[in-house]
Amino acid sequence: MSETHTATISVLVENSPGVLVRVAGLIRRRGVNIHSLSVGPTENPAVSRMTIVVDTPPDRTEQFAKQLRKLVEVRRATSIDGAATVDRELALIKVNATPGTRMEIMEIANVFRANVVDLTDRTMTLEVTGKGEKVDAILSLLSKHGIREVARTGQVTLVRGPQAT
Amino acid sequence: MARQIEPPSTKRASRAKTMTGAQVLVEALRREGVEVLFGHPGGASLPIYDALYDARDVRHILVRHEQVAAHAAVGFARASGKVGVCTATSGPGATNLVTGITDAMMDSVPVVAITGQVPRPVIGNDAFQEADVTGVTMPITKWNHLVMDVGDVAPSVQRAFYLARTGRPGPVLVDIPRDVSQESCTPEFLEGVPVPEYHPALDGTPKQITAAVEMLAAAERPVIYAGGGIISAEASVELTALAERTRIPVTLTLMGKGAMDETDPLCLGMLGMHGSVFANYAVNEADVILAVGARFDDRVTGRLRDFAPKARFIHIDIDPAEIGKNKPAHVPIVGDAKRVLGALAAQARAPKIDGWWAQIEEWRQRYPFRYRQRDGAISAQYVCEQINRLTGGSAIVATDVGQHQMWMAQWYRPRGPRSFISSGGLGTMGFGFPAAMGAKFACPDRQVIAVVGDGGFQMTMQDLITAVVHRMALPIIILNNGALGMVRQWQTFFYHDRRSASILRNPDFARIAEAFGARGIRVERPEQVDAALTMALAVEDGPVVVDILCDPEENCLPMIPSGQSVAEMIIDE
Ligand SMILES: Cc1ncc(C[n+]2csc(CCOP(=O)(O)OP(=O)(O)O)c2C)c(N)n1
Ligand SMILES: [Mg+2]
Repeated sequence: MSETHTATISVLVENSPGVLVRVAGLIRRRGVNIHSLSVGPTENPAVSRMTIVVDTPPDRTEQFAKQLRKLVEVRRATSIDGAATVDRELALIKVNATPGTRMEIMEIANVFRANVVDLTDRTMTLEVTGKGEKVDAILSLLSKHGIREVARTGQVTLVRGPQAT
Repeated sequence: MARQIEPPSTKRASRAKTMTGAQVLVEALRREGVEVLFGHPGGASLPIYDALYDARDVRHILVRHEQVAAHAAVGFARASGKVGVCTATSGPGATNLVTGITDAMMDSVPVVAITGQVPRPVIGNDAFQEADVTGVTMPITKWNHLVMDVGDVAPSVQRAFYLARTGRPGPVLVDIPRDVSQESCTPEFLEGVPVPEYHPALDGTPKQITAAVEMLAAAERPVIYAGGGIISAEASVELTALAERTRIPVTLTLMGKGAMDETDPLCLGMLGMHGSVFANYAVNEADVILAVGARFDDRVTGRLRDFAPKARFIHIDIDPAEIGKNKPAHVPIVGDAKRVLGALAAQARAPKIDGWWAQIEEWRQRYPFRYRQRDGAISAQYVCEQINRLTGGSAIVATDVGQHQMWMAQWYRPRGPRSFISSGGLGTMGFGFPAAMGAKFACPDRQVIAVVGDGGFQMTMQDLITAVVHRMALPIIILNNGALGMVRQWQTFFYHDRRSASILRNPDFARIAEAFGARGIRVERPEQVDAALTMALAVEDGPVVVDILCDPEENCLPMIPSGQSVAEMIIDE
């Protein structure tokens, strides 16, 4: 295997049964790992957007997009490597928090503009939004308190400016 | 997720009287111009078969194994250019189609498979003869669909045929639960294009075509590398026109055989693993290669890095995903081969390549295909050469997979397209005889011949009875080398001749033929070959099995071993 990197592919698909399996199957068949995948409706109820981050050799990304375009249910597939983009991910982080450590955790949360969405006498749950690296960074700062659970949405991406993704 | 929303530009039209889902299916097939389909019934497809019972104009051919139905549909499609249709019941019937559907996928053949499914209420419950057929066939179809609403039968079939035959053709499967087939409805057929969001690019951009014209005109050692896409696109006339106008030599892939008249001196025949030495040398030395309707398959290129190392590529294909997939294209042209080659042929200027031709002719003289004839033994290549001579290259030949396939590819020189039908991408043993039957149904007035190996024939020979029932004039030539010859050859070359599981003890094929009610001839000596072939080609009222005992030690050469390059080609000198 040649060197790999993560690439982002944005895919507009028909909102119909089996599309997710088709897209995932096409990637699986090539032995490529899906780093993250997020799906949700778009401005058009008939169409969903998938943002897929895959570990792939750089020269294979465009080939992926081309193969995805061949699926009848795929309306558009763009490899958005290199384009100027807005990338966001949301994470929920449940961390150990005693009355003694709460303030320190709140400080970290402030720096990362994370919200406290749940609090008990032993835990605190934070909601943080940002690029993947930002989420990674807050996770590493919180780790010394003991992270109990994490749920991440995976990255969603749009190209900046008037141009379509 | 929500049900698929109807594409806006597609109107529902043509209201008719009440029909069952199965009757709608048959009516939809009729509207698509289907005259024959190949299949085998079962519980889940009983309603479909009941509807077929009344359909005089949609002829059902009963096969004895569903794999044969799929291969026959492929043979039908490849001989005629129309969509081939096969059908099977749920579960085991449908899974028996899988090999044939995969074959169609790999070779881009337009096929529609209709399968019965268990009734909707029990789908997902491991019901009797339930298999998740749309799940199973997802990676081996261009599109597939489980019909969950009787109103969806007609549009699904319309979409299936449209998708199978447009763009890069391929197989499509429609899975219909039994209760959907039984339910009544007032059918509504779509008008206009049934899949408006699917629109393959057809014309290359003028800028790229101009770039290709210039690159070809300036070339010193150009070669055209033409594949099966020429045949799918019916672009033989345009290919020939371009070759004649520019005098650029043409080499063909296995799938491209017959894309131009192979007796034309401009044609170098097949390239690749078992292609001619001169075709491979030409590609190896070429400075410009025009690849069209071809996909740089590893059986053509060998080690990619060393394939055509001096060349810049112009690559024309209807499928954008093929361009640059294996080799970078300097001039990529996405489009239909017929249209793009037509434009190229109109604008092309001939390069100055007399010296290049002199070189090619020297190779052609020096390295023709050749074979040895050992005393008293029949060489398989001799038989292939005789088939070519007796038919003048004007018959449709369907082959199975193995040495005999490559020998036929080397020796049979079709005069035009849709005359050489062979399993290319998948290399499916058992394909040849059923594909020949499909071709004969498509072209009853043409001579059709099956050339098969003793191994592969045994994978589908039960359907001899189908050929007998339909009194098909179909010679089946078995090049019987008592071996899985191609496997034995690889063992000889690469595994110290350790013949593990490659030697066959065979039944008496001529007597088997007779037991089926067909004619059978056994040929044991070289001097019997001609008469036997002549006789078999002349029979008009049924299949003839010609069992020809061939030299078991013969190897298929030349050969570029897998993953190697022209430099490592094994040549018989
Ligand atoms: C279904 C299937 N199984 C196995 C193979 C592997 N295979 C390729 S060629 C070959 C030998 C074919 O033997 P035969 O039909 O006698 O033809 P020959 O090579 O002897 O001409 C085999 C086993 C295959 N191509 N297809
Ligand atoms: Mg054999």
